Amino acid sequence: MTAVRCINLCKTYRQGDVDIKALDHVSIDIAEGGFVCLSAPSGGGKTTLLNAIGGLDIPDSGEVYIDDQRIDNLSKGDLAELRLRKIGFVFQAYNLIPVLTARENVEFVMQVQGVLKHDSADKANAILTEVGLQGLEDRRPAEMSGGQQQRVAVARAIASKPALVLADEPTANLDSKTSDELMTLFTELNEHYNTTFVIATHDTRVMQYAKRLVRMLDGKIVDDIDQRAA
Amino acid sequence: MVFANMLLVFMMSLQFGMYGLMIDNSLKLFTGHMQVQAPGFNDEKKMRQTVPDILPLARKIRERLTPARVAARGSTFALASSKDRSFGIAILGVESAFEPQVSSIPGLVKEGRYLTSDNAAEIVIGEVLAKNLRVRLGDELTLLGSGLDGSFAATVVEIVGIFDSGVKDIDRNVAQIPIGLFQETFFMDGAGHQVVIAADDRDRVPELLPRVAALLPASAGLVVLDWNQLQPGLKQAIQADMASSFFMYFVLVILVSFSVLNTQLMSVLERTREFGIVMALGLKPGKLGRLVLLETAIMGMMGLLLGALAGGVLTAWFSTNGVVFPGMDEMAAQFNLPARMYPKVSLTTLFSGPAIVFVFTMIAALYPAVRLNWQKPVDAMRVA
Repeated sequence: MTAVRCINLCKTYRQGDVDIKALDHVSIDIAEGGFVCLSAPSGGGKTTLLNAIGGLDIPDSGEVYIDDQRIDNLSKGDLAELRLRKIGFVFQAYNLIPVLTARENVEFVMQVQGVLKHDSADKANAILTEVGLQGLEDRRPAEMSGGQQQRVAVARAIASKPALVLADEPTANLDSKTSDELMTLFTELNEHYNTTFVIATHDTRVMQYAKRLVRMLDGKIVDDIDQRAA
Repeated sequence: MVFANMLLVFMMSLQFGMYGLMIDNSLKLFTGHMQVQAPGFNDEKKMRQTVPDILPLARKIRERLTPARVAARGSTFALASSKDRSFGIAILGVESAFEPQVSSIPGLVKEGRYLTSDNAAEIVIGEVLAKNLRVRLGDELTLLGSGLDGSFAATVVEIVGIFDSGVKDIDRNVAQIPIGLFQETFFMDGAGHQVVIAADDRDRVPELLPRVAALLPASAGLVVLDWNQLQPGLKQAIQADMASSFFMYFVLVILVSFSVLNTQLMSVLERTREFGIVMALGLKPGKLGRLVLLETAIMGMMGLLLGALAGGVLTAWFSTNGVVFPGMDEMAAQFNLPARMYPKVSLTTLFSGPAIVFVFTMIAALYPAVRLNWQKPVDAMRVA
């Protein structure tokens, strides 16, 4: 089954007087349980593609499907509902809510989903333990290292057991050891829960973990390699 | 918001307290809460528009309307002459025993005493009139006028008291004599012009009015007027003052609303990134907007309650100790107000102003809340 399908996506940004093609007729299918790395230099279009897949940004043209449901024409409310139920995000800058503790950040998505406070707290504690943050549940983001914050962001992304996790440069602010730990965690989640991962990165260490490597340049897919076969 | 609400509560309480005082003092001075009169007398003040057998009627109303206070009056105009000067004045014939219950003038006698008999040839006059006529206590005045039957009426009375009501017009133009002497001098044949009734509370007037009307002899064709009919100018003056005050309150409410709009807009703008994150995680913009409105509602409600509480405490303190406006004594006296004002707390003054502020606050919060619908999560998260 196809987890993600993009057909002929185009997106152009205007920067000053110059039009920049962030996506130039991009088409890609990602199977359920896939572990895909989108690799491109800065400005190559990988974040734009990730945002289009996650419904955070709407392409100028083309179609995006998640679990065979077309999403590029959904309302903002429906897109939010889709993200809430099906997609987990890990951002480069962690994007944790600074006034909430690690547990509260993880609980947030579950609470919006309507999970009871008691249950969501238990689940949040369990997930934080799973990502190696036992004992740090009550710390706020400012009281944690970059690696710890990224782990909280991962915990938040997987808390509601989404079918798809989109990660944008998840290791950009981490040292190599922490990066390896994070990618090992992603691999485990991918294998244990069959969660589909789409990771935008230009970190070659991260690419090694991917089952499939998609290279982009100037908004186009220029290479698509099945690394299991290689 | 708390300060603005407190200010609104205090100002409205002071204003309503002032109006209450103004009405009560005006009615206490002269008019009473209700009067039984002949039809048309209130507008025309003609001698022949009489209430026949006025003393028995006043007694009957007094007995049946306990605890209301009732006094009969006759009223005419006459020329008052002293040894040196003459002035045209209003002469009131009053029941000396009951007039102090319906009017504050007997209590305002500064020199001498008030009338003690219903038949003695005595008079109390205002301070300004005494000065104008160049008379003192014990001097005699000659009153010249026309009787009910049109004949020449005259009497000589001794000045037994001089009052100072604080209202120059009354002190210059009004004198009181016993009602028995009034009826005899002006050939009233037992009639008078007004039965003045003071209720224990102004709010009871609508209830008492039909009861008084039921006591009137059907054949006499008399009418009962309430204080609003007796002094229409009083309510109009208050309404005019209220209109200008409400404009001021409206400006205050608008200022508060704009400050709330600014605060809420800033508070939303400052959290743009956080809002972007929570929308990216799946919180619907509409729900987020409702949360912003709920946040404003909680703040507004706290502002309302704390403002009402602070305003209530402040007003309660001043309602006991009074508020003095230095240099305003003379102006206050013109409106039958004492120099020291006492604000009056009520549910209306406590909550009406803050409730309007609350409503405008919620309206002001609509724009920041609706604005979230236009925000793209991806753009919002880029905001530093």
